[in-house]
Amino acid sequence: MTAPAPIAFINARLVDPQTGYDGPGALLVENGVIAAVTHEVGFADLSPEIRVVDCNGHLLCPGLVDLRVKTGEPGNEPKETLKSAARAAAAGGVTSIVVQPDTDPVIDDPSVADFILRRARDIELVHVYPAGAATKGLKGQGMAEIGLMHDAGCVYVTDADKPIVDSKVFRRVLSYANALGVLVAHRPADPWLSDGSAATEGEFAGRMGLPAAPVAAETIMLERDIALAELTGARLLVDQISAAQPLERLAAAKARGVKLIATASINHLSFNELDIGDYRTFCKLTPPLRPESDRLALIEAVASGLVDVIVSAHAPAPAEDKRLPYDEAAPGAVGLETLLPALLTLYHEGHAPLATLIRAVTLSPADAIGLAAGRLTPGAPADLVLCDLEAPRLIDAAELISKSKNSAFDGRRLQGRVLMTLVDGRVVFEG
Amino acid sequence: MTSPAPGLDEVRARIFPFPRRHLLSVNDLDPVQVKDLLDLADGFVGLNRQTAKKVDLLKGRTLINLFFEASTRTQSSFELAGKRLGADVVNMSPRTSSISKGETLIDTAVTLNAMQPDILVVRHASSGAASLLSQKVSCSVVNAGDGQHEHPSQGLLDALSMRRAFGHIDGLKVAICGDVLHSRVARSNVGLLTMLGAEVRVVGPPTLMPADVARWGVSVHHDLRQGIEGVDVVMMLRLQLERMQGALVPSMREYFRLWGLDREKLAKASPGVRVMHPGPMNRGVEIDSDVADDLAVSLIQDQVEMGVAVRMAILASLAARLDNR
Repeated sequence: MTAPAPIAFINARLVDPQTGYDGPGALLVENGVIAAVTHEVGFADLSPEIRVVDCNGHLLCPGLVDLRVKTGEPGNEPKETLKSAARAAAAGGVTSIVVQPDTDPVIDDPSVADFILRRARDIELVHVYPAGAATKGLKGQGMAEIGLMHDAGCVYVTDADKPIVDSKVFRRVLSYANALGVLVAHRPADPWLSDGSAATEGEFAGRMGLPAAPVAAETIMLERDIALAELTGARLLVDQISAAQPLERLAAAKARGVKLIATASINHLSFNELDIGDYRTFCKLTPPLRPESDRLALIEAVASGLVDVIVSAHAPAPAEDKRLPYDEAAPGAVGLETLLPALLTLYHEGHAPLATLIRAVTLSPADAIGLAAGRLTPGAPADLVLCDLEAPRLIDAAELISKSKNSAFDGRRLQGRVLMTLVDGRVVFEG
Repeated sequence: MTSPAPGLDEVRARIFPFPRRHLLSVNDLDPVQVKDLLDLADGFVGLNRQTAKKVDLLKGRTLINLFFEASTRTQSSFELAGKRLGADVVNMSPRTSSISKGETLIDTAVTLNAMQPDILVVRHASSGAASLLSQKVSCSVVNAGDGQHEHPSQGLLDALSMRRAFGHIDGLKVAICGDVLHSRVARSNVGLLTMLGAEVRVVGPPTLMPADVARWGVSVHHDLRQGIEGVDVVMMLRLQLERMQGALVPSMREYFRLWGLDREKLAKASPGVRVMHPGPMNRGVEIDSDVADDLAVSLIQDQVEMGVAVRMAILASLAARLDNR
């Protein structure tokens, strides 16, 4: 593969989450990496052969790193292939995705991880990293080959949507993975309290007659996970925290020095349970949407840095899995193409400074899994996104690139449009 | 409202075009529309008691009963209502047909819709199923029970039974007792009765109460005697037997002792109290036969009779809306 031609971005609004800089600047890309950054609006002595992109004051920041993406490949390609997910990611300004191991076959074997990496290399769009299963077959019993999968390129291990119920198993996964320097992710949900539920217990679910679980289901499992992380000294990625009560426990544990990295999904930052409205299955998510007070607490936690990472929680589901009565419909929503505009909408609504929000989708996730991306530093990979911050958009799910159109944002007005996405200095999307 | 039975012409004069294409929830109606609907149903009660019960208000119309969940009384009630109004009525029970071969609810609905029915009456085990279906068909949809959500025609027939027994609903004290959590009947009744000005209480063990039920505009009681003290109407709900074996309540005999309605507990209610039950009853579980069969107290048979009249009113009103298009 020949090195892509150099590009100079001038007259940009640069946001560098590493330094916290948010201001005018210019950036030069050469040989697939960031060659130079200046806070001047341009470069003095550019060679005339270099392509110059005048950013007109638009936002130029590191490409997004999305730690939680599901595709249907291998095993369920009508939902989403690695290629369609990669195209959606590029269009959404997402330059690195971590695919979840709950494929068919499950990524609990280095050969499946290798398959994903080879497919991604052939597709040549965005960086695709597999997450390996923590337990064999996601069954929550025997440990998967964490070391071999790590060597094969898995950036963390997780049982995806399935909680590891047996505390002894989870303790062993944590201590074993920790010794190998492998990050473990776990979504806190008490399986007994949340079994069969489709909504958050409360007035709304009660009136709608929906089977519901209390927020305590999340809090209980988080408390256990914190205790085991403390016991083993392991680093733990708390997958999709979603409510005020567990956030309190997270804050206390972090203050004690427990090594926790918390993620929140953009859906839980953008919607509350009332968005389910008249049984809208596109808003059926795992964890379920929460009351507005929880959404506001979650935004506050992102602004304060208590929640480190925002994920799209991209979960494609075809129409036949969604066009069903609410309790029978598949959970999840696609999100790769709406992550950035939804995030920018939070900025426009005044919830947090731009650099803070950008950091939660770039530097923080990159650091969590040890990527050099996510910063505007000379020598860092030229994974970049150029974005019109102001452009209004009406999201029409039918226009999405994802093979599945189950967007919770369908019909929503967002602000922000991706103009160009670069991966290793190559333009992979131009809008 | 128990004035001499009105003639057909007078009943015809009461028919009004239904305010919406579908009846999915009691919240689709306002108090004035509820009153009009109950007045119309009252008229049908008189007609139903005559020998010649059949009229031609729905002549040429097709009604499909689509019952994904087994039901004897609701299905036959809608069937009789349709037939007495002169419609062609088809009953479908997809549990025994192609739905069990993997066809989805929507596929079934679209298929039936292509047969050009005018009204689709639907019962399904999932909350929101009737609403989903209404978005995919071009005919009118009547919700005959969707999961734990609503059963609006039951709410209306209960309201009619009460109005005929007491002459009014405004100011009545009504206790809804038992498994409120899983009951669509309770949800439709709470919505309708509070809208019409009744004072509603819900009574039952906390394991059978929805979260935040106090925010439905009702008072919540866990003691049956206390809960029905001074009430005009005690509405008992059916308890599904599979919920009895220790999961939500410890045993049938404990449930009957604490929350079953018998003569002794009923003495706490107002002297003129009437007892209701949406059926089918579990005698000796939520209600004692002694109470259920006492015609001086029980409105249970009236509820069944009012069911046909209310459903005729719903169908006639929906058809009047179709006629106007």
